[in-house]
Amino acid sequence: MMTFKQKEILPGVKLTAVQTSKFKTNFLSMTFLDPLVEDHAAMNALLPFVLRRGTQKYPDMMQVSAALDELYGGAIDPIVRKKGETQCIGFIASFLDDAYIPESSQVLEDGIALMAQFLFEPVLENGAFVSSCLESEKENLMDRISSRVNDKQQYAIYRLLSQMCDGEPYGLYRYGEVDAVRNITSNGLQKQYESLLQNTPIEIYYCGSATFERVESALQSALSGLPIGMRKSLPPTQGKKVDNVRYFTDHMDVLQGKLALGFRIDKPILSAREVSCMMVFNAIFGGSTTSKLFLNVRERLSLCYYASSGIDRHKGVMMVSSGIAFEQYENARDEILAQLEDCKQGQFSQEDLHAAKRFVANQQKTTLDSQNKLEEFWLGQAVSACTFGPEELESAIDGIVAEDVKHIAQQVQLDSVYFLQGKEDTQ
Amino acid sequence: MNEITHNNIGETIIEHRLENGLSIFVFPKPEYQKQFAFFATNYGGMDTKFLWKDKWEDTPEGVAHFLEHKMFDTKDGNALQVLTGNGVSPNAFTSSALTGYYFEGSEAFYENLETLLSFVSVPYFTQESVEKEQGIIGQEIQMIEDNPHWQAYMNTMKGMYKTHPVSHSVAGSKESISQITHETLYLCHEAFYNPSNMVLCIAGDVDAQRVIDVAKSVLPDVPGGVISRNYGNTEPETVNEAYREIEMEVSTPIIQLGFKLKSESDKTASLRQRLLGDILSEIWMGTSSPLYAKLYEKGVINNSFFCGYESYRDCSFLLAGGESREPDAVKEALLEEANRLSKEGIDEELFRRVKKAMYGSRVRMLNSFERLCVEQARGYFAEEDVWIFPEIYATITKEEVESALKSWISEQRISMVVIKPKGDNT
Repeated sequence: MMTFKQKEILPGVKLTAVQTSKFKTNFLSMTFLDPLVEDHAAMNALLPFVLRRGTQKYPDMMQVSAALDELYGGAIDPIVRKKGETQCIGFIASFLDDAYIPESSQVLEDGIALMAQFLFEPVLENGAFVSSCLESEKENLMDRISSRVNDKQQYAIYRLLSQMCDGEPYGLYRYGEVDAVRNITSNGLQKQYESLLQNTPIEIYYCGSATFERVESALQSALSGLPIGMRKSLPPTQGKKVDNVRYFTDHMDVLQGKLALGFRIDKPILSAREVSCMMVFNAIFGGSTTSKLFLNVRERLSLCYYASSGIDRHKGVMMVSSGIAFEQYENARDEILAQLEDCKQGQFSQEDLHAAKRFVANQQKTTLDSQNKLEEFWLGQAVSACTFGPEELESAIDGIVAEDVKHIAQQVQLDSVYFLQGKEDTQ
Repeated sequence: MNEITHNNIGETIIEHRLENGLSIFVFPKPEYQKQFAFFATNYGGMDTKFLWKDKWEDTPEGVAHFLEHKMFDTKDGNALQVLTGNGVSPNAFTSSALTGYYFEGSEAFYENLETLLSFVSVPYFTQESVEKEQGIIGQEIQMIEDNPHWQAYMNTMKGMYKTHPVSHSVAGSKESISQITHETLYLCHEAFYNPSNMVLCIAGDVDAQRVIDVAKSVLPDVPGGVISRNYGNTEPETVNEAYREIEMEVSTPIIQLGFKLKSESDKTASLRQRLLGDILSEIWMGTSSPLYAKLYEKGVINNSFFCGYESYRDCSFLLAGGESREPDAVKEALLEEANRLSKEGIDEELFRRVKKAMYGSRVRMLNSFERLCVEQARGYFAEEDVWIFPEIYATITKEEVESALKSWISEQRISMVVIKPKGDNT
């Protein structure tokens, strides 16, 4: 049995709770939803890491980890995500369920309280963030931003999107940029923190065995220090039309080339029906092992180990990513585009459609069996101001016909092609 | 069928052994829609030298992984497509110790299970398809060789081990896989993919008897032959090399330290040693330790730092690493802390709460069907009863951890790898 309930527990503070006893953990997240803008992105990203360093009750790292150890190895981690053009910052937590705790205890209540202490009662030094913590977390964040180069597949997607969406909030990196982090002052961060506490909508998610009332009551007391007042509503993410196709290249001393293609549908995809259509199209084109990209780019032509597509429905963007030998750049790119063209022409069989529909339906069903996937899903819904659940998405899949897939494929336009090549002097 | 319930971790396990030697483990999960099926062979990247039909075979590095790719080929097409077309998500992986094939889904479970058992047990290779796969795997090898974390791990293994094949790359190299032929694949499949060398683990709301019936109907009736493996008998106690440095396109240096331990040959003790190793590394340098807080606060390490215990047949080690601009300072601080703990002993209070935290963290991980099934398979091959960990935690004493620290850690058994940034990069 799973019970689902959503409620605005304070103005602008929404609790989404899924009650079920099938998991061994209580899963929680508390997230501020702030528009992604260049001025604040780095500060917002820095905040949860600074806050995680200590609370008034547990002022240093040793005391924080001791408190978590006493909660049976509970985890409360900073998390910074980008959904559409919204920056989602806060904490994500997991605690052992009461059923597995040897003595009777209040791990859930204590965990919620500790999470709220991180957010609302940070350790201070002369009324400001502790400067040594602030400086070391700035260093860590700059390293984290720079380290995006370490994973070349992700790096290629980052380089693609930042250039393709240059000037749009979507082109910003979720952690901000190194220079912006370097320039953060204690005062500036303090102001941004206060502004979040005052004005920014908060999404709280819970999944576990506790009743809605128990979670709400623990939250009401944990959030008692939060300023009460109107919270701004989120501006919707903006879509964009393609002008002309652009090409970008970087050179690096690597063994394998990384190809990333960016496509647009000119608006965010919001209804259960459109979302399910998009997912089925993606499964046919490049999102599964029965997809055209997998069967042709990998299996038929042996051009790569991976070639896959993914969609961000919050923005209306599709990406294709593949790791290839440098000299296969044109072959791989042309083959990927040819496969998309086939989708636009409706060149797929009833079996392909049926397989893709089953694949997507299965994904939706298994979402219900994962606390993390459910959390991601509902956070995305909050950002897009959508209310349908995974079950509605699953039932919308049933009615999809070939014409729907063809129709959505025809809306997908190539915007940018990015290629990470080998060192210049070796080519 | 044998049913065991572990109330303290909320797991019931139904166990059955077929006459052909295959062991089946089912974790009933009545509240879930999804099912997870994991079919694994006790054959991984380190099993390159083995005795089969009275002959010692010495196969190229990367065969187990190559086989994993080629097993999906069937006479009628490709099992990956059949399973995906049937609504489930199939995949496979090869580690140093095992190769596992699995699917996760929520419908047509028994039909899909039949497909899984059938494609893994019936080989179908041609020289042409082997040659084609060399292209795909060649790209996979280049992809992982560009991954700095993989390089840090692999080179730490090579730094620690002189002869033990845990230092082999599971995927092999472009050169080694070029030596693989369809005959190599048939030989290794025959030797290692027989039911008595395999295990089937399932989590979900399924009928264990039907699982057994499907397995009986698809798999051969009789066990295969016996395999002996050679992991190199001349492994010295000290490391192969103490330090290795590699330049790559990374932003900050990535370091990894390996602490080579004497391997635990007594099987009943290996789970105990695993838990002991985890507690020791946590107290010594984990997020709960004073050393972690000190190094983090000084900016020597950041939250990418990790540590833990790993073991394979005839080898076990502790690993630690992450991003750091001061590799030597990390190594020095770790040795200093080990000395301090040896001399002063472990703080009673820290020991108590680390044990409590590690128990909780282990139970929290059991939400994952994949984790349950893979851990069951690994434990089965290693002859470990993995689900009695709460009982073992309860009996591990502070003195035991202190004596492990003293006998395990010495400077001659440490190997360090540093992945350094190459020139300037963005």
